[in-house]
Amino acid sequence: MADVHAATPVGDEIARRLGAVWRIEGARVIATLAAMTRDVSLAEDCAQEACAEALRSWARDGVPENPGAWLTAVAKRRAIDAWRRRDALDERYAGIARDLREESSDGVEPIGDAVLRLLFIACHPVLSTEAQCALALKLVGGLSSEQVARLFVVPVPTMQQRIVRAKRSLSAAGVPFESPDPSEWKERLEGVLRVVYLVFTEGYAATDGEQWVRRELAEEGVRLGRRLCAMLPREPEAHGLLALMELQSSRFAARIAADGSPVLLEDQDRSRWDRSAIRRGREALRRADAQGRGRGPYTLQAAIAEQHAVASSVDTTDWSTIVVLYDVLGRVAPSPVVDLNRAVAVAMADSPDAALRIVDELVASNALPASYLIPSVRGELLARLGRNDEARVELTRAAELVGNAAQRGVLERKARALDTWHPNR
Amino acid sequence: MPQYMLIMRSSAAALEASKDLDMEEIINAMGAFNESMMEAGVMVGGGGLSDPVEGFVVDFSTSPALVTDGPYGEVHELFNGFWTIEVANKDEAIEWARRCPLGPGAKLEVRRLTDESDFADFADNEFIQKEQGWLDELAHKRES
Repeated sequence: MADVHAATPVGDEIARRLGAVWRIEGARVIATLAAMTRDVSLAEDCAQEACAEALRSWARDGVPENPGAWLTAVAKRRAIDAWRRRDALDERYAGIARDLREESSDGVEPIGDAVLRLLFIACHPVLSTEAQCALALKLVGGLSSEQVARLFVVPVPTMQQRIVRAKRSLSAAGVPFESPDPSEWKERLEGVLRVVYLVFTEGYAATDGEQWVRRELAEEGVRLGRRLCAMLPREPEAHGLLALMELQSSRFAARIAADGSPVLLEDQDRSRWDRSAIRRGREALRRADAQGRGRGPYTLQAAIAEQHAVASSVDTTDWSTIVVLYDVLGRVAPSPVVDLNRAVAVAMADSPDAALRIVDELVASNALPASYLIPSVRGELLARLGRNDEARVELTRAAELVGNAAQRGVLERKARALDTWHPNR
Repeated sequence: MPQYMLIMRSSAAALEASKDLDMEEIINAMGAFNESMMEAGVMVGGGGLSDPVEGFVVDFSTSPALVTDGPYGEVHELFNGFWTIEVANKDEAIEWARRCPLGPGAKLEVRRLTDESDFADFADNEFIQKEQGWLDELAHKRES
């Protein structure tokens, strides 16, 4: 929504109404404007101005019957004014401005396509990852800069600056308001999926700060994912990503202890997993498979998450299927993190010894040098093998490397617990 | 995000009058409404109810309770169908409800679905715990 504020109670009610309308229609308003002006930055500015005008006008004259159409119409007028001012500067603009004035309907293409283009532009490779996440939520998610700042736990001016800079980058790079070329479609779609998943994971397991999860942020990721599936129903990985996010979200209530600290998968009370989220996740996974084009990295991760979701305990989990899924994932999308997760599954399906050999290979190849992940898994495996002194060194090192305070606490507790740990207990 | 149920209620008269309307038009209007909620990623469930003639009411005002077959003329409002949506807050739930293509005589009642936090004080209750298991079973049934 526009970054505008209201002081009076009536104004507050109008602001809340506008916020809700913007949530639902903001992306359409901006997409319609961008489709006309071919300039996302200008489109967003005009939409902001329309919101500011709505606060004044709606408080005075009441909320119009179709508030979304009202916002679009006012934003269009602002765009025409802006083009008029530019007419004098550049002849090229004159023609576009004329077309704009003559255009009577809301646009010539299905609006969903324009919103999709908006999402592709928010996730454009000329932008930093941080800016991509912020713009996706601001332009497509219908959130205000203030709301985005709160979700990412950064000061509002910092977020506003980030967004302004991102819009400038798009203008400077001359990014057109167009769908990606067929030749680069796959790569750009991967970029969009990555941004949506990043929004989710930053909420699901925050990489910094004191709080271990930012649930609302993760929920915004899920919402973007659902939206993406509706716009790209034939893309298996869009469904795979949604499946992964729904299945992971199902554990939210169970993975946070009363004191806010993280609860590990093996210790979670599975009766607290959200069954309807699991159902939605499994349905999305089936939709991904139904496209009949094989499983990509997100769909494979969703399939792994599904194995956990349907198991009543760690012991009854089908770890050998999980190992096979990780094998395939490692081939489709090789990464040391996948190898490490595979090692954890091997420890459960086979033995900690076999798992330790995989981890030691990763250490030997100097994978993930500055990450806490390897020492944390290695420490865990060593502890299971009763090699407590080595385990303590690894867990302490992991605690030093981890960025999130709550996760650090868990690792430190584990390291301390080893002082009194007996292999036979 | 909280979930809300939009509960469609119609007066018997409005239902009767709707029989003269173009069914295809109604389906299209409702379809467009549903599609907009799917596209926005807020819809998580829903269902429609058949003609009240097929229904019955169990009234507990008397003992034993009285069973009345539909269309139960004494009931002023008929429950016709529902949507479950997951939205940012109550304001957004209101905004979606406003968009529902219903006419005079029809109402939408909007209620928040309870979640675990609503029963935090009863977390140890046997049935509260069992309920999760039941939901689990039901989800499996629906999938198979």
